Amino acid sequence: MAASSAALSLPKVFRPVLGLGRSGNPAKVWAAAASCRREKSTFVGRIIPPPAKYGGRHTVTLIPGDGIGPELLNHVRELFRFSCVPVDFEVVNVNSSVATEDDIHNAITAIRRNGVALKGNIETNHNMPPSHKSRNNLLRTSLDLFANMMHCQSLPGVQTRHKNIDIIIIRENTEGEYSSLEHESVSGVVESLKIITRYNSLRIADYAFRLAREKGRRRVTAVHKANIMKLADGLFLQCCKEVASGYPDIQFDSMIVDNTTMQLVSKPHQFDVMVMPNLYGNVVSNVCAGLVGGPGLVPGANYGTNYAVFETATRNTGKSIADKNIANPTAMLLASCLMLDHLRLHDYANMIRGAVLTTMNETRLHTADIGGQGTTSEVVQSVMKNIQSGRCKN
Amino acid sequence: YNSSLTKPPPAKYGGRHTVTLIPGDGIGPELLTHVRELFRFCCVPVDFEIVSIDSKSTSDDDMNNAITAIRRNGVALKGNIETNHNLPPSHISRNNILRTSLDLYANVIHCQTLPGVRTRHRDVDIIIIRENTEGEYSSLEHENVPGVVECLKIITRKKSLRIAEYAFNAARQNGRRRVTAVHKANIMKLGDGLFLQCCKEVAAGYPEITFDSMIVDNTTMQLVSKPQQFDVMVMPNLYGSVISNVCAGLVGGPGLVPGANYGKDYAVFETATRNTGKSIANKNIANPTATLLASCLMLDHLRLHGYASMIRKAILATVSETRLHTADLGGQGTTSEVVQSVMREIESKGPRTSEQI
Repeated sequence: MAASSAALSLPKVFRPVLGLGRSGNPAKVWAAAASCRREKSTFVGRIIPPPAKYGGRHTVTLIPGDGIGPELLNHVRELFRFSCVPVDFEVVNVNSSVATEDDIHNAITAIRRNGVALKGNIETNHNMPPSHKSRNNLLRTSLDLFANMMHCQSLPGVQTRHKNIDIIIIRENTEGEYSSLEHESVSGVVESLKIITRYNSLRIADYAFRLAREKGRRRVTAVHKANIMKLADGLFLQCCKEVASGYPDIQFDSMIVDNTTMQLVSKPHQFDVMVMPNLYGNVVSNVCAGLVGGPGLVPGANYGTNYAVFETATRNTGKSIADKNIANPTAMLLASCLMLDHLRLHDYANMIRGAVLTTMNETRLHTADIGGQGTTSEVVQSVMKNIQSGRCKN
Repeated sequence: YNSSLTKPPPAKYGGRHTVTLIPGDGIGPELLTHVRELFRFCCVPVDFEIVSIDSKSTSDDDMNNAITAIRRNGVALKGNIETNHNLPPSHISRNNILRTSLDLYANVIHCQTLPGVRTRHRDVDIIIIRENTEGEYSSLEHENVPGVVECLKIITRKKSLRIAEYAFNAARQNGRRRVTAVHKANIMKLGDGLFLQCCKEVAAGYPEITFDSMIVDNTTMQLVSKPQQFDVMVMPNLYGSVISNVCAGLVGGPGLVPGANYGKDYAVFETATRNTGKSIANKNIANPTATLLASCLMLDHLRLHGYASMIRKAILATVSETRLHTADLGGQGTTSEVVQSVMREIESKGPRTSEQI
């Protein structure tokens, strides 16, 4: 108990230092190295359960976002209330059309307070000037949610071209091509910086191998383009190799991103766990989501050393289907189950997950994106009925 | 595929064209030998000037020779040159040097489901036009602070306008209805934002063609579920690499799709997915279809349309025969069997004399 509270207090000391600057800022690298010496958990995949638990009830930040986010998260709240899950939601709205950053900073403070969040995707308005950064990106980098984990599994009731896919994708979430560092030195010529650092690459590789070991996986594949970006992806690959040598029970190999996408489309069963930088992670995770049935089925989780944020894997706003009761709630419901697992409320998580999977088996309840004609509310009602009758498929 | 944007090359003497041939590494040499065999058999009026590039040497002489030969002849057919990972980062990819020195700004890949090849998706017919010289492939990287690498992605207005112009022109010439620009402008606002803006400007000059745009992650997901919605796609370099490989996977694999690199004055033809195929080299199991179809694209470029369609018809007839499928298509055929079959097809179905072509 003392050890965990000591571990809890240390991050707070270093948080202000770690929150400053961008990757590549020497101060941050130093601070991270300093904290590394004292607190081994900087590289650890395990996250301490969050502190916001009073009277047995957890408080979780809820960010509705735009598009289908608000309606799906309402369903999540409805379901939690129905199942008597001991979670209270603190709703923080982020207005995507204003230029000030107050909303998103409020949200970030709320997540720092609670430790866990469930969010919908916040729209990035294209008509704003380029200095208006993507809110989702800002959230991820401020909270240092360095690992995006996505588990793509074929669901039994959903018909897809490929069967029995089971791939875990671990994507570096804070640097790479998403550094938002661009400039136009000469008019008509834009330079966009892709940053790869040794520290972040080691961290994500360690997370990947640790996760693979915990879940009993045999193989980790690093996806890169080091034949062209020799220094950048070369550094990433080298870090992965270094970490791999510390895990002799797990096989490590690497594959170039274009070959990977081609193999995924023809023979996805050869992949087990995949680790990669930010942009390739985006593309590969969307390909895998497409392979298992579409954006409405796969949940995603963003983990940092101190915080965790859960959302759908493919981060779609779904503006065109908002408020029409046709969106697929499965991804969001499964994301809330991941959140319950993170809060160590495993029983509730398994109950809800089982009910969702049982509902997915019924073809007449499938929503439009998986080829059916069901509505969102019908799916949620069915999940609630399954929970009530105790018919759970684990 | 019709490309009247580049003029026919000058190296034509006595009715015979001279084309540079770069064997490359892996399966390149054996497949290009088959191409030469086939051309000799069909009496195609093309002579090959072979320029070998040794991927292990660090000197630039080989590359410069090859580039000079292509400048001289105007057209080349190449295999992929291996990039040795053990050499220092200053040793830039040879394929990349070739593309940038000759300013081959447009990489065109036409992915079509071939009859006779069983795939999970039917009726895929997508033309991918990928910017070939800038973007993430600028090879400009540095490590200012140890452990922190910055890699530059360059997007310029001039090249984006050029590739967009090429894409719309090609769409118009091939009677295509729709061009989709693939980008990630929500994150890389200036870079891909500039690319998208250039595409929009060019689109305004082609009112009969519908223009839309899609973010790259959504594009790959749509490609995997509903590829039939795409017609012509234009994109910067890295997304082009990924998407062309996804599309190649959708129509049957790397052994089936040819690719062409066009510049203002030069054209280089190769397989679309640029694989070296080291593990299957010299085993007589590689699929020659991609390289053979690439040579047909080259013949079309040289305005030898009669020979091109004759060879293409024979290849398509061969691919329809399941017992001749090579290992990558799930069969047990060998490379030489496929090439022999193509030659037999030409012999039986092709014109009797070269005057009829």
